[in-house]
Amino acid sequence: MTTSPYAVEMRGITKRFPGVLANDRIDFQVRKGEIHALLGENGAGKSTLMNILSGLYRPDEGEIAIHGRVVEFHSPRDAIRHGVGMVHQHFMLTPSQSVAENVFLGAREIGFVLNPQRMAAEVRRIAEQYRLPVDPNAKIWQLSVGEQQRVEIIKILYRGAEILILDEPTAVLTPQEAENLFVTLRSMAADNKTIIFISHKLEEVLSIADRITVLRSGRVVTTLSAQGVTKTELANLMVGRQVLFQLEKPPAHRGEVRLRLDGVCALDDKLLPALRNVSLTVHSGEIVGVAGVAGNGQRELAEVICGLRPLTAGTIEVAGERMTHLTARRMIDAGVAYVPEDRNTTGSAPNLSVAENLILKSYRKAEMGAGPFLDLTAVERTAASLVKAFNILTPSIKTPVRKLSGGNLQKVILAREISSQPKVLIAASPTRGLDIGATESVRSLLLQERSQGAAILLISEDLDEIFAISDRIVVLYEGCIMGEFETADAGLTEVGLLMAGGRAPSAGLTTQDKG
Amino acid sequence: MKMASQTTTLPQQRRLGLRIERRLEQPLWLRVLTPFILIAAALLIGALLLWLVGANPWVVYNKMASIAFGSAHGWSDTTIKATPLILAGLGVSIAFRMRLWNIGAEGQLFIGAWVATGFALFWLPRDTPQALMLLVMAIGGFVGGALWAFVPGVLKAKLNINEIITSLMLTYVAILWNNYWIYGPWSDRGFGLTPQFPRNAWLPRFTDYSGDFPFLRGITAHAGIFLALAVAILLWVVWKRTKWGYEVKVIGDNPRAGQYAGMHLARKIIAVMLLSGGLAGLAGMAEVSGVVHRLQERFSPGYGFTAIIVAWLAKLNPLAIVPVAYLFGGLLVGSDAIQPAGIAKMLQGVVLFVVVGGELLLQYRIKMGRSASS
Repeated sequence: MTTSPYAVEMRGITKRFPGVLANDRIDFQVRKGEIHALLGENGAGKSTLMNILSGLYRPDEGEIAIHGRVVEFHSPRDAIRHGVGMVHQHFMLTPSQSVAENVFLGAREIGFVLNPQRMAAEVRRIAEQYRLPVDPNAKIWQLSVGEQQRVEIIKILYRGAEILILDEPTAVLTPQEAENLFVTLRSMAADNKTIIFISHKLEEVLSIADRITVLRSGRVVTTLSAQGVTKTELANLMVGRQVLFQLEKPPAHRGEVRLRLDGVCALDDKLLPALRNVSLTVHSGEIVGVAGVAGNGQRELAEVICGLRPLTAGTIEVAGERMTHLTARRMIDAGVAYVPEDRNTTGSAPNLSVAENLILKSYRKAEMGAGPFLDLTAVERTAASLVKAFNILTPSIKTPVRKLSGGNLQKVILAREISSQPKVLIAASPTRGLDIGATESVRSLLLQERSQGAAILLISEDLDEIFAISDRIVVLYEGCIMGEFETADAGLTEVGLLMAGGRAPSAGLTTQDKG
Repeated sequence: MKMASQTTTLPQQRRLGLRIERRLEQPLWLRVLTPFILIAAALLIGALLLWLVGANPWVVYNKMASIAFGSAHGWSDTTIKATPLILAGLGVSIAFRMRLWNIGAEGQLFIGAWVATGFALFWLPRDTPQALMLLVMAIGGFVGGALWAFVPGVLKAKLNINEIITSLMLTYVAILWNNYWIYGPWSDRGFGLTPQFPRNAWLPRFTDYSGDFPFLRGITAHAGIFLALAVAILLWVVWKRTKWGYEVKVIGDNPRAGQYAGMHLARKIIAVMLLSGGLAGLAGMAEVSGVVHRLQERFSPGYGFTAIIVAWLAKLNPLAIVPVAYLFGGLLVGSDAIQPAGIAKMLQGVVLFVVVGGELLLQYRIKMGRSASS
C-alpha cells in the first residue's frame, strides 16, 4: 500500500461549462479519517468538484489521487471501486421498494436470485455498526427524509466506500435529525473513514468539521483548521466581503386580520389526510412563520390557501371575505400572492423569458392589452421596470429564466408576486438554496412588504429564518398546529421539539430500531 | 450549485480523447440551419439508397425537382399536395405547442371530409348557392374534425388518458367509418366512392377562370391554399400577440406553472384539441371539395401523418410550416413521376428518421479534449 497521509488529493482541477469556469485550477486535499467541510456559496464550484471526484463529470485538466495513487474515473462505478461514494442532495431511491432492495439495487455480486433474509441482515449489520437506525424491510415511501438519507449512506457503505461525500446533507433534516447525522459521521470518522461534507451553513460546518476548505467563484480561497475560526471570519472568506448577520427589523404594526383559516382539512396527493383542523390568522403588517419538518403538510397548507388544492373541511377568509369557490384564479383576484417552494417546477416556466415569467399573474389585466390581445410593448415596459426595481441580474428580459441563478430566479418570482400589491403573501422556503447575499435581499424584501402592510405567511424548514424575520411562529406537525408563540418568547429547543411531534430528541432513534 | 449539464463519456474511446457532451445552449446559427442540415442529410442518405439499387441519385433528384417545381403546372400540382399538409400541419402544431401529442390528424381529416361530403351530396338542397354551400361544408368539416379530436381531448383533460394512443386509434375508426359509408349508404353503384359533388360544392380552381385568363388553363390548384395561408398568418398572430397564445405557451412549458397562474388546464386542453382537430377536418374538406370532388377510399395518401413531420420540421412555427409543406408536396409530386413509386415514401421515412434522430444529435457536441492525465 502507500504511505500518503491523504485519502484524496485533487491537483489543478479545471472544469469548464459553456460560459462558466466552474472549477479553476483547484488543489484540494483531504486527510484520511477526517471530516472535511467544503464551504462556499451557490455557484462556488463545490458540487462540480465533488461530481468530478465521484466520477460523474470528468475534469478538463488536473489529476486525482486516491490514497496516493493517481486514478482516472469514467463513471461513478469507477469511483466506488476506488472507495469513493457520494450521497446526493436529491436521493436516488426507488420509493416502492424496500430499504434492503434499494441497498442492493445495482450491486453486481448478489447474483440472479435474491435472498431477502441475507440482504436484510447485511443492511442491519451496517446500520448497527454506524448507528444508522432504519428498518431494512420498510418501503422507501414510508420513510422520513432523514431515514431515506440513512439508506443512501448505507448504500454507499455497502458498496465499500472509504471516502464519503455528502452534498448538503442537513438541508432536509430537523435540528435533531442533523445532530443524529453528526453523531453517525463522527463514528464513521473514528472508524477511519474519510468524510467530505458540502455545505453553506456556517454553524454546522464549525460544529462538525476538522478542517474546512473555502471555495469562491471556482477557486480555493483557503484551507484551514476548524478550531479557532469564528463564524464571521468564515462568512467573510466565503462571500469575499463583510457580512451582516442581523437584519434591520422594525417593530410590527399589526393591523386587521387579512387571512383566517378555520378548521381547515385537506388531503395530500396520495389522498391521505395532510392537514387536520388547521386554524390560524395572519394580520396586516405581520409575518407569521410556519415551522416544521418537510412533509408535515406545509405544501398542502400553501396550496389550499392559493386555491390549488381542495378543502375537505373548514373555511378560509381573505380580508374579511369568506372564500367559497376556491380556485387559483379566484385567490389571485382576491389578492393572495404565492412564492412557491419549488421555483422551477411551480413558480416559473423555465424556457420562457424573464418578461414572460414576470407577467404570469398579471397578463389578464387590461393594461397588458385590450381584450384577447397581448400588448408586447406594455409587457416589455413592465418587465424592464421590474428588472430594474428588484435588481434582477439578467442579460436581457428575453433570456429564458432557466439560465438565471437561483437567487435571480427567486427575485423574478418575488418581483412578480410583490408587484401585484398583494393583501396576503404566502412565501414557502423563499431562501432555500440561495447564497448569503441573495438570502439577505429576499428577507429584506419580505420585511419591506410587511412594512407596506401585507399579511405574510412564511413557511420554512429553516428555523433560523423563521426566528430571524417572523413576528409569530406556529409549528406544524403531521398536519396539525402543535403550538403558537410570539417570536420574542419562543425558544429554539421548544420549537424544535414540537416539530418532532413533541417527543424527546432521542425518541427518533429508538422508535426506528424495531427492525 | 447545480450545473445543468451532463457529461457522457465513452470509456472505449478514452484514449482518443473523444467526448460527447450535451450542449447547454444551441447557438442561433445552429437553430436556423438545423432544418436545412437535416434535409440535406436525409437527401444524402436517400441518394445512397438510390445508388445501392442502381439508380443515379443526381438524375433522380433532378427529375423530381423539375417535375415538382420546374413549371407552372408543377407548382400547381405541388400546391395541391401542400394545401392539406399546411392545414393539417398547422392543426397538429397547435396541439404540439402545448405538448399535447395529437397524432390523429389523419382520422380528423377523414371525418372532416365525411361531414363535408354529407352536406355536399345529401344534407343540403343541390341548388344551394355555391358560397353558402362551401361555407357550410367548411364549417361542417371543421366541426367534424374538432369533434373527432374532442374525444381524446376530454379523456386527457378529465381522466388523464394518454392522447397519443386514443387519437391514433380513433384514426382507424375514422377510416373504417368512411369505408362503411362509401361502400354502403353513400356508394355510387357499389364502388368504394360516392357520386361526384355538384359543381356548387367545388372549391374554385385557377383553371375555372381560364376563359378570362388563358394562361391559367390546367392550373388545378384550388382556393384551399388561400385558406391555408390565411390560417397560417392568423395562427402566427395568435402565438405572438394574444393572451390565449401566451397561455398555451406557458402550459406547454410547465403545466404546473399555468395552474399556479390561475389558468384552467382542462378547459385549455379541450380547446386546443378542438382547434387542432378542426384544422385537420378543414384539410379534409378542402381535399374532397377542391381536388377529388367526391369521397373515396384512400383519398388521402397519409396527409395527416405527413403533417406531423411537417409541423415538427418547421419547429411548430406557423409561417415555417408553409415552405416545409411545399417541400413535402414537391416530394409527393416528384415521385409520382418516377419509378419505383415507393421512393417518395422512402424519402419521407428517411426525412422523419433523420429529423427525429438529428434533432437529438445536434443537442450534443463532440469534443476532442486533452484527457485529464495518464
